[in-house]
Amino acid sequence: MAELLFFVAATGAIAGAIGVIALQNPFYSVLSLVGHLLSLAALFLLLRAEFIAAAQVVVYAGAVMVLYVFVVAYVGGAEPQIRPFAPGLRRLSVLFGAVILIELWIALLGTGLKAVDGEGAPFDPAFGTPAQLGEALLTKFLLPFELASLLLLVAAVGAVVLARRRRGTDLEHDDGDAVSVIDALRPAGTGTMKEGVSGLPDVGGEPPGSHPKGTTRPEIAAGAGDREHEGGW
Amino acid sequence: MSIGWYLAVSAFIFAIGAGGVLVKRNPLVILLCLELMLNAANLALIAFSRMHGSDDGQVFALIVMVVAACEVTVGLGIIVAMYRRRLPVDVDELRELHG
Repeated sequence: MAELLFFVAATGAIAGAIGVIALQNPFYSVLSLVGHLLSLAALFLLLRAEFIAAAQVVVYAGAVMVLYVFVVAYVGGAEPQIRPFAPGLRRLSVLFGAVILIELWIALLGTGLKAVDGEGAPFDPAFGTPAQLGEALLTKFLLPFELASLLLLVAAVGAVVLARRRRGTDLEHDDGDAVSVIDALRPAGTGTMKEGVSGLPDVGGEPPGSHPKGTTRPEIAAGAGDREHEGGW
Repeated sequence: MSIGWYLAVSAFIFAIGAGGVLVKRNPLVILLCLELMLNAANLALIAFSRMHGSDDGQVFALIVMVVAACEVTVGLGIIVAMYRRRLPVDVDELRELHG
């Protein structure tokens, strides 16, 4: 029974993987990857990794793939090929993949690990359960666990910063200067480059007339107008 | 089933993913192929965890899944930013950095 399940799941996983690279429309590639991930979850179950299998289905095949589908729908699937591949290059890439496969299989067949041919360690009812995994995460692997949460936070903030709307790239939102809390807290005339370029706003300490607005350094002031409307990466 | 079979499947999936990263030009599909490679590594980790009867490999696999999720988030953010700036969504066209 286990053999049958293994072959079904392994075939599904490999077929899904081939589908990802063989299908031309990215949307179908994503769906193929979902099938691949579900088959892989079945393989994880056969290896008695219940929690990982559940996380794979819920987090990967659920949440991450929804993100993919959303972006594919947003960016809009198949792009026309702008410039054809150099003919030798594609063949070289396929050859490289085949070489990696052969190398890995050589490593597998020539391994000195005797247990690779066995069925694995003796049965232990607690193996792979959420309780045991959670205990390992909170005792032995506490630091990697906390680092992983920090990494997720950084990635979430980074994605928001990368994909948000910016001034300059979206014209309808170009509504002048952004006002920050810092502007109210700091004394006038201390620091921003904008003040250095276009002169101070009405400040008592500045003698009127000595530095009229916008005329202090005209060569920079002229350039600053353009620069303000560039969105940065 | 012996552990070796799982490792063979894992090697196969990894090779498919590596070939796909090299062949494909759409960054979305390249990210999908990266997922394939990470999942192949996960399968190997879990197979070895089963072989030794220890949970460590499964914790590794969990961390790999976290890293994969982060990579997807940032990668898709970059793709959306490319699309917003009307750059071609094609890795071979983005060649400003090498002059």
